[in-house]
Amino acid sequence: MAEQGSFQNSIIYLDGVTVDYDGFKALNHLTFMVDYKELRVVIGPNGAGKTTLLDVICGKTKPASGRVVFGQDVDLKGKREDEIVALGIGRKFQAPSIYGFLTVWENLDLSLKRSSKGVFATLFGKSTAEERARIEENLETIGLKDYAHTRAGSLSHGQKQWLEIGMVILQDPSLLLVDEPVAGMTDEETEQTGQLLQSLAEKQAIIVIEHDMEFVRQIARIVTVLHEGTVICEGTVEKVQADDRVREIYLGRQKVAHV
Amino acid sequence: MMIVLGRTVAVLSFLLVMFSGQPQSIAGEGIEQTLGQITSEDESVRDAAVRSLIEQGDVSLVPRLEEIRADASRSIRQTIKPLIDLLKNRGKLASPDSDVRRSAATDLGTSGKPVAIQWLNAAAANEQNKWVRYTMEESAALLKLTSDDPSIKIAAIEKLGELRSENGVPAMKVLVEAGAGAEATESQKRVATAAVASIKDIVTWGAWSNAIETVFRGISLSSILLIMSLGLAIVFGLMGVINMAHGELMMVGAYATFMTQEAFKAFLPSTMFDSYFLTALPVAFLAAAGFGLLLEATVIRFLYGRPLETMLATWGVSLVLMQAARVYFGDLTSVVAPAWLSGGQQVLVGVYLPYNRIFIIGLSIVCVLGIYYALFKSNLGLRVRAVTQNRNMSACLGIPTRKVDSYTFAFGSGLAGIAGWALTLIGNVDPGLGQNYIVDSFMVVVTGGVGKLAGTIVASLGIGGLNKLIEPGFGAVYGKVLILVMVILFLQWKPSGLFAMKGRNAD
Amino acid sequence: MSDGATDTKRAGGTAFWVVGAILLLVMPLLNVLPPEDSWFHLSDFSLNRFGKFLAFGILALGLDLIWGYTGILSLGQGVFFGLGAYCMSMHMMLTIGKESVYGSEMPDFMVWNQVKELPLFWKPFYSFPMAVIGAILVPMLFALIFGFFAFRSRIKGVYFAIITQALALVAWLVFNRNDTNLGGTNGLTDFKQIIGYRLSEPGTQRVLYVITVLCLGASYLFCQWIIRSRAGRVLVAVRDSEKRVVFSGYTPANYKLFVFVVAAALAGLAGMLYAPQVGIITPAQIGVLPSLEMVIWVAVGGRASLAGAVLGAVSVNYGRSVLTNYFPELWPFILGGLFVLVVLLFPDGLIGMMRKGKGLLRQKKSGEEKPIVPNQKLAVPEGKR
Repeated sequence: MAEQGSFQNSIIYLDGVTVDYDGFKALNHLTFMVDYKELRVVIGPNGAGKTTLLDVICGKTKPASGRVVFGQDVDLKGKREDEIVALGIGRKFQAPSIYGFLTVWENLDLSLKRSSKGVFATLFGKSTAEERARIEENLETIGLKDYAHTRAGSLSHGQKQWLEIGMVILQDPSLLLVDEPVAGMTDEETEQTGQLLQSLAEKQAIIVIEHDMEFVRQIARIVTVLHEGTVICEGTVEKVQADDRVREIYLGRQKVAHV
Repeated sequence: MMIVLGRTVAVLSFLLVMFSGQPQSIAGEGIEQTLGQITSEDESVRDAAVRSLIEQGDVSLVPRLEEIRADASRSIRQTIKPLIDLLKNRGKLASPDSDVRRSAATDLGTSGKPVAIQWLNAAAANEQNKWVRYTMEESAALLKLTSDDPSIKIAAIEKLGELRSENGVPAMKVLVEAGAGAEATESQKRVATAAVASIKDIVTWGAWSNAIETVFRGISLSSILLIMSLGLAIVFGLMGVINMAHGELMMVGAYATFMTQEAFKAFLPSTMFDSYFLTALPVAFLAAAGFGLLLEATVIRFLYGRPLETMLATWGVSLVLMQAARVYFGDLTSVVAPAWLSGGQQVLVGVYLPYNRIFIIGLSIVCVLGIYYALFKSNLGLRVRAVTQNRNMSACLGIPTRKVDSYTFAFGSGLAGIAGWALTLIGNVDPGLGQNYIVDSFMVVVTGGVGKLAGTIVASLGIGGLNKLIEPGFGAVYGKVLILVMVILFLQWKPSGLFAMKGRNAD
Repeated sequence: MSDGATDTKRAGGTAFWVVGAILLLVMPLLNVLPPEDSWFHLSDFSLNRFGKFLAFGILALGLDLIWGYTGILSLGQGVFFGLGAYCMSMHMMLTIGKESVYGSEMPDFMVWNQVKELPLFWKPFYSFPMAVIGAILVPMLFALIFGFFAFRSRIKGVYFAIITQALALVAWLVFNRNDTNLGGTNGLTDFKQIIGYRLSEPGTQRVLYVITVLCLGASYLFCQWIIRSRAGRVLVAVRDSEKRVVFSGYTPANYKLFVFVVAAALAGLAGMLYAPQVGIITPAQIGVLPSLEMVIWVAVGGRASLAGAVLGAVSVNYGRSVLTNYFPELWPFILGGLFVLVVLLFPDGLIGMMRKGKGLLRQKKSGEEKPIVPNQKLAVPEGKR
């Protein structure tokens, strides 16, 4: 019953979730929760189920069993992806996922949170001055002000990552899922991304999947370690690094690699 | 020449067979006199002579009668014709060709001449072929139905019921009606009761045999679809490409078969003609595979990752190939099926299976086994499976993915060639050959899903079977409409086909 | 909108009015004013033929919306075209009246097929307004139902193309049948008049031409309005990355359905204008092959360009009309070759070449102009295909 209390405060709560890919359990009776305005980092070796975790939350993958609760009492099971987005969950993909044939401005304009995103609303809708101001501000944040009318497809890899982050921010999600945001970024860009995520965490909850331990140390407050679809360890960076099982997983693998 | 010879043989053997059954007593003058009478001007004399000759049933008189008929007047010719036909058919009952025996028995059954009953019975007693014997018995029973003796009638009715004879139904229905009349006699009523029972048996069996034939037709269509879809499905699984020119590669295979046939006609003795068909198999495979290789190297290679563009470009190729065939070969050419594939086999009453269909069913099974073997036992197969599952990883492991693509495409095209080879058995070879079933086989591939042959097999069976199942009730066109609706509804349930990939690579 | 597209907008605008004026005023005037033997005279036949091409242009606009902009290949547009054409043709059949060969109120083919009473679904088409509305609404309704199921279950890419092709095949089969009372293989023909005007009069045909041009212009502006709205950008976004569209909070299925229905309406409109100008509609015009051919119009003209779509429809059909006249055997080769060439070498079609030409002439800044149509990787992970 004590647990009941703790998930009352959580923005997302996964209860005994199992995902089965033809016999391979990508998630195995996973229980996982994140509080409001928390910045959580999820790490784990390849195939630990990190991306699957995000897929389950945003409705891309349907779990075989278990519950996924958003906020107080919204059950995400059986909801379509776009419905889940409308509830306030945003996602940044591992590989930059932007609209290459639209300009940066148009990319952001499409992502902006609006009361309706139905066909007729977008057909007749015009941008308000307030909305334009938000986009301008966002361009500033992600450092793409000079590229507003460039085709997004011609941006550099790092710029694309930033654009996607900017797009997700404009959606005003209360939970932001970020999959390896700094892959392929320079050190400086990585640093900036970390600062951006930390400042965002003041307003919304964020789940970040990351491999780069340097980056994890920079941003993380609480780290969750996944292995073979279940949580092995959860806590501060120091606690996690000191954990025997975590060491075993990583070091054990290293041993194998050395043989 | 052949026909005359055959007839003589038939007559002789008939005489041997019938020696014991037919006394030769009415020889000599009696016969001559009767033969003279049938040309008489007096109709009653003529008819009596004919009746007498029918009673005697002497087949050896046929040549004489033909002679007489040749010189006779119109009315006399008309009198003699049924007599000649009857005697000829009696002669044919002893023919060495089972088809001839059978059709003679059928003719006698509808002749309405009770005298033929004993001929049929005698022939049936010596008949080795089950289905010829069946027809002889059936015909004898049909003739007995016209008997005046109710007990013979009932026996015949029971026999027909036992034989599940569809041919007996109309005559028996007449008897049922006669028995239902207000002034029907007691015996008529008994006959009618028996007839009702027999008809019921026959109709029940008819439904069964219809069902069996429908199933067979369904399997036959399924196997055609399967043979056509296999190559398409392998390529689709590997490269995500639907080759719209697949039908025209089939056409290439069919024309290769046609040209092999023509070459055999032109350069080899006619005794070897029948072996052209098997020779054409590798020719068709290689011709289509060659075209496929060329198509891959010149068009498809440049469109990887753009499946819609590939569809359009390959459709362009298909237009060109079709028109080229039209210009070069003209519109109508056909392949003569080898003797061992023409005809068919009756397996049950009312169930007849043509050899060419059986052959295609067998071929589809062989193709599936062959492909499974190729995919799971050969080196190339291993690579194909690897690339199908994860192209990038395979490339990293040093598998030359582009080469795998082009060989697989050629192999898939070769399978189209085999399909074309097989299709020559059931239709003309014409430039539009590829178009006939191609949209159906696209549907098979889509319904079956990517990456697993089992999907293609199940989908062909499903679509082919449903097609034939629906057809009797709704007609071919509305059957197709229903199939489309069903496929769309099916895709509601499984949007990427029967056996879609799961896991992180799946989208 | 607020981005830098205003410049191109104005340029497109000028061209639109210039071309519009030529089509609407110059062509009919060349038909009417100069004497028949003059160099400038445009024959009735040519004007009528051109009207037919422009009707195809309307269809191409719709196909461009769905294929060029949204990236959905529909191989069944012929069906919607056919529905529109049949609706209008049914009306014209009913107005033949006693002029028919058998002198019956019923269409000739029904008399021939011994149909005793006019089928119920024919009755609304006694009314001209009903025929016009039907020609647009029936294809829309049909597209709505078909598209609803197709897009709802996320049938896309090659799958959608195959399903729509099957639709074209099935429609062709159904229209070919006599028992559907749509004239069977011979289709509907021998029309005499439309709202009282004789179709054989050049004047009537001239008016039909003008109406076609006006409809084309209106359709063009309508499509342009869609493309320039935010919804238009969502369409392009669907082509780019459907996954991201979902995660930006849109429902791609609704947008696809919308654009599919709009395309069907335009195809129906095209069919409606086609029938009285050509005087016949048969199942042969709505099957698998014609539907595929429509795609090549757009491909040749230039995908994702509205002007390109119209240009493609007119030029391919003009080429066809000229070539089938002189070298009928050659046309399939050319058409097939065109498919391969355009897809392989000129993915941006005629419009793309014109732009490239213009760019070369200017020789000014930036080779930054990207092709309109991407080497479009479908949104499928590499690993799978």
